[in-house]
Amino acid sequence: MQVSSSLRESLITGGKTVGDVSEDICRQVEGKPTKLWWMAFGVSLVLLGFGVYTMSMTLWNGIGMWGLNKTVGWAWDITNFVWWVGIGHAGTLISAILLLFRQKWRMSINRAAEAMTIFAVICAATFPLIHMGRLWLGFYWALPLPNAFGSLWVNFNSPLLWDVFAISTYFTVSLVFWYIGLIPDFAVIRDRAVRMGNKTRATIYNALSFGWQGGAKTWMRYESVALILAGLSTPLVLSVHTIVSMDFATSVVPGWHTTIFPPYFVAGAIFSGFAMVLTLLLITRKVFKLEDYITIYHVELMNIIIIVTGSIVGIAYITEFFIAWYGQVPAEQYAFINRMFGPYWWAYWCMMTCNVISPQLFWFKKIRTSLVSTFVLSIVVNIGMWFERFVIIVSSLHRDYLPSSWSMFYPTMYDVGEYVLTFGFFFAAFLLFAKFFPVINMAEVKSIIKSSSEKKH
Amino acid sequence: MSITKKTYWKGIQQLKNDPAFVKHADKEFVDLGVENDPRHTRRDFLKMMGFSVAAASLAACEAPIRKAIPFVNKPIDADPSIPNYYASTYVNGGDYCSVVVKTREGRPIKIEGNTLSKVSMGGTNAQVEASVMSLYDNYRLRGPKKGNDNASWEDVDKEITAKLQEVAAANGQIRIVSNTILSPSTKAAIEQFKSQYPTASHVQYDQVSYYGMLKGNEASFGKAFIPSYDFAKAKLIVSVGADFLGTWLSPIEFTKQYSVNRKISEDNRTMSRHFQFETNLTLTGANADYRTMIKPSQQGLVVAQLYNLIAGKAGNATISAGMDKVNYLDKAAEELWANRGKALLVCGSNDKDVQVLVNGINAMLDSYGSTILADKAVNFRQGNDEAMAAFVADAEASRIGAVVFYNCNPVYDHPMGAQLGGALKNISLTVSTSYTEDETASMSAYKTPDHHYLESWNDFEPKANSFSLSQPAITPIFKTRQAQESLLMWAGQKVEYFSFVKNNWKNWYFNQSALGLGFQAFWDKCLYDGVLEVGSESGESFSFAGDVNGASSAVSANYKANNTGFEIALYESYGVGNGSQANNPLLQELPDPITKAVWDHYATISQKDAASLGVDNDAEGRTQYLNIAIGGKSVKLPALVQPGQTPGTIGIALGYGRTKVGKVAENLGQNAYPLIVMANGSLNYSVSTGVTPTFVDEPYQIAQTQIHQTYMGRSNVIQESVLSEFKKDPEAGREFTKITKWEEKVDPGTISMWKGHDYNNHHWGMSIDLNSCTGCGACIVACNVENNVALVGKQEVINRREMHWLRIDRYYSSDAADISDYEALEHASENPEVVFQPMLCQHCNNAPCETVCPVAATTHSTEGLNQMTYNRCIGTRYCANNCPYKVRRFNWFKYHDNQQFYEVNPSMNTDLGRMVLNPDVTVRSRGVMEKCSFCVQRIQSGKLTAKREKRKLKDGDVVTACQASCTSGAIVFGDMNDSESQISKLLQITRDEKRPNSSDKQIGNPRAYRVLEEIGVKPNIFYLTKIKNKDVTNA
Repeated sequence: MQVSSSLRESLITGGKTVGDVSEDICRQVEGKPTKLWWMAFGVSLVLLGFGVYTMSMTLWNGIGMWGLNKTVGWAWDITNFVWWVGIGHAGTLISAILLLFRQKWRMSINRAAEAMTIFAVICAATFPLIHMGRLWLGFYWALPLPNAFGSLWVNFNSPLLWDVFAISTYFTVSLVFWYIGLIPDFAVIRDRAVRMGNKTRATIYNALSFGWQGGAKTWMRYESVALILAGLSTPLVLSVHTIVSMDFATSVVPGWHTTIFPPYFVAGAIFSGFAMVLTLLLITRKVFKLEDYITIYHVELMNIIIIVTGSIVGIAYITEFFIAWYGQVPAEQYAFINRMFGPYWWAYWCMMTCNVISPQLFWFKKIRTSLVSTFVLSIVVNIGMWFERFVIIVSSLHRDYLPSSWSMFYPTMYDVGEYVLTFGFFFAAFLLFAKFFPVINMAEVKSIIKSSSEKKH
Repeated sequence: MSITKKTYWKGIQQLKNDPAFVKHADKEFVDLGVENDPRHTRRDFLKMMGFSVAAASLAACEAPIRKAIPFVNKPIDADPSIPNYYASTYVNGGDYCSVVVKTREGRPIKIEGNTLSKVSMGGTNAQVEASVMSLYDNYRLRGPKKGNDNASWEDVDKEITAKLQEVAAANGQIRIVSNTILSPSTKAAIEQFKSQYPTASHVQYDQVSYYGMLKGNEASFGKAFIPSYDFAKAKLIVSVGADFLGTWLSPIEFTKQYSVNRKISEDNRTMSRHFQFETNLTLTGANADYRTMIKPSQQGLVVAQLYNLIAGKAGNATISAGMDKVNYLDKAAEELWANRGKALLVCGSNDKDVQVLVNGINAMLDSYGSTILADKAVNFRQGNDEAMAAFVADAEASRIGAVVFYNCNPVYDHPMGAQLGGALKNISLTVSTSYTEDETASMSAYKTPDHHYLESWNDFEPKANSFSLSQPAITPIFKTRQAQESLLMWAGQKVEYFSFVKNNWKNWYFNQSALGLGFQAFWDKCLYDGVLEVGSESGESFSFAGDVNGASSAVSANYKANNTGFEIALYESYGVGNGSQANNPLLQELPDPITKAVWDHYATISQKDAASLGVDNDAEGRTQYLNIAIGGKSVKLPALVQPGQTPGTIGIALGYGRTKVGKVAENLGQNAYPLIVMANGSLNYSVSTGVTPTFVDEPYQIAQTQIHQTYMGRSNVIQESVLSEFKKDPEAGREFTKITKWEEKVDPGTISMWKGHDYNNHHWGMSIDLNSCTGCGACIVACNVENNVALVGKQEVINRREMHWLRIDRYYSSDAADISDYEALEHASENPEVVFQPMLCQHCNNAPCETVCPVAATTHSTEGLNQMTYNRCIGTRYCANNCPYKVRRFNWFKYHDNQQFYEVNPSMNTDLGRMVLNPDVTVRSRGVMEKCSFCVQRIQSGKLTAKREKRKLKDGDVVTACQASCTSGAIVFGDMNDSESQISKLLQITRDEKRPNSSDKQIGNPRAYRVLEEIGVKPNIFYLTKIKNKDVTNA
């Protein structure tokens, strides 16, 4: 039984009833896609097509199509990978950690955030795959599979192998968690389809819902599963980016070899994840008219999380510099001075402005509660987070120990193309999701409207 | 209804009741056909069809066999996978090197120095190492040609002989033009030709002339000769413009000698001191202890001033010429005088008057008989500038009836090449024996290609009484013919050149030899050794009798102390040399030791001039052009800002701008030979008047393999000091980094997560002496050839993707006062000190690459090698990122069998080029990482040989390619577990009693350090500190 608070504002506005919720959310699924949707989908497909072309060229001719060189062995590829993985953090954080903390406000946003997570992780995973010189062998040699090569086994010392496990586990758990959440909502769509006499849709969504009947016992089990999965996902939220950060932290490259990386990367990931959730939801709520479900209050709460994580990130940056000075390791000192004033100074200052300074604007309630400024800042944060990874990867590699090997990195069309590929995929997938799947968790939202809408009466 | 009885006939035969038809009327098949023909049964048909189908499908299934024809009778000494070695001799114009050729299955695949030679002493240089690839040059002539048409030898011989006779009959002049010929038998062949055609004479010229020196010596001693020098005996070396470690006279020999006095140790705390006065920053200048920048127009005056300074000390009369304020010249004079008898002055000038003064100084310093061996004259560089100029004039005036260009290319590499080229059509018979269709050959009527030297028989006398032989290491690939055989043929003698040489040796040297063998045994020994020394030095003494005052006034007239205009100093490129091997991509992709540029031709200018001309040459090699007008001529070249370049001068390399050379080098750069002019009777390699560079604002990018110039004051990379400090403390210059623990500071090696390895068999290690390394780059080419390293071309070098496993890092000093002033540290000084550091896989004991590979493609061997398993590699490049030394190379593209790299990497893209590949080393596929393997194929081969011979591996059984090529002996490789090995002794390795074979060995040599000691990766390569023989530290 929900208890309504007289102090808190209600999470769902507009005096929605249970029926309204089903109606509002299912409308997108049942109706025809709008022109805007088609246009967006078309653009996504064009981006995807260009990306597929550049990827094919890279696979056909070799990694040399990119701008990498003998000194800078990773650049856009791994930058994009870490960026997408970071974005993929918000979904699980919202659904798992906030579930455990019983933050009800998450209910309106967790579905979309989780979908975003899944797609972002898929986007992320393309980079470690296509960045391999020999993808056709690497995609299975990097797995600890029994093989006919004698006693040949993977190298468990390698952080890249840890990545393989971390990402695949995270992906699997997120997918299962997301899907289980979808089951009751699929059943709602099915039920409505039966009522409307749309047999095809009824059959499809019945299959998708695994024949969900909504019995009390089923609900009981469903909730236990959700809780267990939340418990399982919670450490994963922290572990994935921790392990990703170890790709760098366990190396000897000055600027990478830093013990602060795990917490700093996790904070950064949540930071960018929330920013991406905001970007997407602000569009979704507008396009699908879900203003009553995703309210300013939601936006504000997410912005607060952005201030917190943004500040952690900022402190981490400063700590790195402090340690570089305090540690008295000349190569590391140089690496950090070079970040600020070297050839990639613009990337560094872009990162600092976007990640450290811009989120501080959210201290102002006006900015925090303005949709326009939130939208702009959410994009700024993601630009900043891309530059953070670029700065870490490229500015550390391009001038490491031996000055004779110092060089620059210049991206080519093919570097850009692969990034575009993931955008194309991400938006196409998100649009398909928004069209065919309920973008808001109806079952959960229904559990809070009663209480939160009571005040109105 | 009428029933009509119809009759249907089977045919007209039935109607007619043909008996033949009636006979078979009851048979269904009347045709007699195959069935009844006893020769073709149905079974035959089925058999044949079965066979045809099977044969057709079998033929379709099987890949065509391409040119792999097994031996019916295996040649005695060609065993698959067993290499054979043949002593031979590399000669290219005046360059000489006695070599050992490694062949596999009948194909030469590697050249190494011949240690038995007293001249080249086992040394090589980049051009010698690369020459094996010229053998498989696609641009080689396949056979004789008349005009542009292929012809047969018979026809060509017939026509040439007829024309020669015609010219001789008309009393027309016949010339044989060549570079310096070192071969006594070739000279004999030419003599025979001359005796057949009395109007014939032989003209020798050199791409880089030493004629002024010959004349200077003639004026000084009454004999035109070039003496031998012995830098090993020189404790004090002064060079005025002579790049004796790089290109001057006999650089391999000089490098070998020079390195003797640059090797120092705790027990031998002395080394030679070297002053260099020069215009361009040369390899020699980069190795000098004191270097002064002078202009070409000052060169004569600097020598004159030195003469005066020395004469003053010797109490001799001074001369009128001279100049003041030459940095370090007084000091050089003082020390020359103090070291007389063990001092040496060399000068790169081709001006006879300057050389007279140089001889005068050397005479006062008692150098003759000690550091200069005048009685051991060298035969390189006998070219006569005046004779050649006269020849060109004769040709232009149509006074020549016939000319044979013997393996030379004057149309390209002589200053008057253009005139000569124009005049060739006036000559009724023009023949070129060049093995490629070069500029001269393509303008000659007949191309009668000679063999490549690896296919030839020949003999050489590089120095008086020092002989060597060259022998074919492969059957001629094409229908070429030994040029000497051609000459003899045209002179009416049909002899095999092999028997000609052998006979000559029987007549000439066999009797002089003290070996006491029969002739065949003598000959076999000479062939086996490749070299022969006979007789002894003449002991002839030379006393200086030059007219120094005459020389002085000529010098005063020809040189200026304060020339304000721009000057040009021409130099030979270290890679392509004089241009004759320009089509060799190994040399094009060899980074210039100083500029680190590849595949490019440029004008080097000083930092000051760059600012005044407006040239902006950034770190990435992006620059603009200079249009350099010299009198009536002009060249347009991209400008390269070169620290150490004398302000007001422009350095331009010879050897570029070839037009008929094959795809590799065609139209690369500008030809600088036409800029050379005759001055004072010999060719002058500088231009001091009328030089006006103008800035052309067109962008250009020069490909350089190193784009950062300084080592940023990082003493964990380069550890250097000066001799005076070293004398006090052999650990001078060493940096002992400490790691801070809670309460103490400890050595980085003592803290480790790893337990270390136990190498119970061998523990391979390497030591590189930064003090001996001259930076020449021979090791880079040797490594490329040995390990089938792909060449990638200019654009990929600009993309910073060269594949070299071994590189030489070249660092300039900077003027920064403080090592935290990063901005100032990045900029090289105006006249920097230079350090060379060969950098290759360090084979770390705690290799950072090994831990990060997800598929364990790079692992540690039980002998301390960091080994790379190409076919396991999936190409994540994590290992390369995590390599602190950045020595790992990724195959960004497929470099073999790929049209994109056809021109720059022929050894992996053409059938002919592929023959040079080392069959012991895999050609790497795209997408995998590669790096130095410590020549693991050589290690394996050494171990197998030892095993077959049932003995333990000895030190010296395994020699890496870089070590073998290192003329100065800077690289020492060996087993650090073997306490008797050279490396153990050099590094003074002491073993821990508890873990004698542990990877952690105690290194006793105070000079030995590991690069980046503090990160604890524990390399198996040690560097010995660089010690400059300077009086004070340049702190």
